[in-house]
Amino acid sequence: MMGGARAWREGLTTLWLVGPATLAMTVLIFVPVALVAMLSFTDYQFGARTFNWIGLQNFADMVSSPLGRRAIVNTLIYAAVVIPFSIILALLVALGLHRLARRAGWLSNTLRAVYFLPVAATLVAMAIAWQMLLHPTIGPVNTALVALGLPRQDWLSDRGLVLYTLAAIGIWQSVGYNMVLFLAGLSAIPASLYEAATVDGAERPWERFWTVTWPMLGPTTLFVTVITATTAFRVFETVATLTKGGPAFASDTLVYALYREGFVYFKAGYASAITVVFFIFVLLFTALKFRVLESRVHYR
Amino acid sequence: MKRSVTGTDTLALVGLLLGAAVVLLPFVWMVSLSLKPADEIFTRGVDLLPSRLEWQNYVDAFTQVDLARYLMNGVIVCGGILVFQTLFAVPCAFALAHRRFVGRQVIFGLVLAGLLVPFHVTAIPIFLGLAELRLINTYTALIAPFVASVFGIFLFRQFMARLPADLFDAARVDGLSETAIVWRIAFPLAMPAATAFAVFSVTAHWNDLFWPLIVVTDPDLATPPRGIVFFRDAEAGDNVGPLMAAAVIVTAPLIAGFLLAQRTFTRGIAAGGLRG
Repeated sequence: MMGGARAWREGLTTLWLVGPATLAMTVLIFVPVALVAMLSFTDYQFGARTFNWIGLQNFADMVSSPLGRRAIVNTLIYAAVVIPFSIILALLVALGLHRLARRAGWLSNTLRAVYFLPVAATLVAMAIAWQMLLHPTIGPVNTALVALGLPRQDWLSDRGLVLYTLAAIGIWQSVGYNMVLFLAGLSAIPASLYEAATVDGAERPWERFWTVTWPMLGPTTLFVTVITATTAFRVFETVATLTKGGPAFASDTLVYALYREGFVYFKAGYASAITVVFFIFVLLFTALKFRVLESRVHYR
Repeated sequence: MKRSVTGTDTLALVGLLLGAAVVLLPFVWMVSLSLKPADEIFTRGVDLLPSRLEWQNYVDAFTQVDLARYLMNGVIVCGGILVFQTLFAVPCAFALAHRRFVGRQVIFGLVLAGLLVPFHVTAIPIFLGLAELRLINTYTALIAPFVASVFGIFLFRQFMARLPADLFDAARVDGLSETAIVWRIAFPLAMPAATAFAVFSVTAHWNDLFWPLIVVTDPDLATPPRGIVFFRDAEAGDNVGPLMAAAVIVTAPLIAGFLLAQRTFTRGIAAGGLRG
């Protein structure tokens, strides 16, 4: 009897500790995910009283319309540019700073802080600073091009260029973050491995890089790749601030399209379908992470 | 051999410095424009330094739009989110780490699953719910959707799992309630996790534009990035100085925080990568 009352009281305590958070994450995460999946099969519009089940029509519309395809393709191109450049540049910076740290610690620390600044800064404010840098007439970037005898570019309103301009800003913003992760990975590599590699005949820096550094950074590189990918798929702030998906949807991306269709045109059903596609992309990448984690990376 | 190593080092240093210059360029240009008189902004020459410092831009930023209000909204929203996230996450994390109960695995499983869900995925249903409750254009709409941070629960639970169980058993023997143990013993010990989480949460929400763009059309409720967009859309492109001054002011608190506490700040933001 006493044991029962005690167990009951323990149960209530647990409920008091765990209940609110569990309820909140159910209401704010899992129920919405289920709802958005359901809505993606309807023609629901915000404010409407009724809706119809239309099966896969939203998805069919998305894949068959040039606009829907554009959002998907643009997001993939954006990610395909940002992911490799951001990672390679971050790795180069991290290698350089790691080496520099032994000679001039203060300089290495200062540069690290500089590279990290964009991560801490407010992206919307920085996007506007970029807009002024890239301004067609009064921007210093174009002024410099002209001084070099090159033609001016409409970085943010040229259909062929705009997506790559946004990708460049995306790279600028994410290099510092990846650099920090690579620096942590580099400092975890035991010096004895380099000594062993030297004994085995790997004398040149790049030989040591391929035999020791690169394999040992495997888990870090994978982690960095997944994070950069999920951040790249989510690109929104720069699109919303600088181009609104334009010109002529040349810089439309999945999250911006979901915002526009859902919250500007109030097409909740169609926007839900975009959301589902976006979510599938993010999940695919995460699944890929676990696949690769299991099969390839066995260094720790 | 020696010579070639020095050569690569010099080359690497030059590369690093050039890269750093590119990274700094938008910051420098932002500050430079924010201090330039209008006529110098619209000349084609690229003078980094203004001929005279136009502090009036900063005065204009505060008077032409309600920048002070945006900043205060940012503090209210970020503060509100952080307080509620902590209130929800810490007890849950403690129970997951130090109590045995039915469903513990399930709840931890939910936390891990929740980490995979970007906020954007939940935006439409949450908006519908808030609209149903007539809460669009309120502080509640800006704060409530974020109170359940699975990332917070995860971070606290990982940290607390490493705290010795004996500590809490001793407190129980002393007659402390579980609530008291959570807040008076476990939470202070988990301060490193708390600061990392606070940095992550505040940066994420101070900088967020997506959600404020959706639920706020009333300038009085604008968070700093939303306010910047209001300002930019209101002026017809001839008010660059004050706009850049506003951008500087909005960016300054986080940059200052980063420069003052680099280690804490970097750790907090780096930890955020565990989130999906």
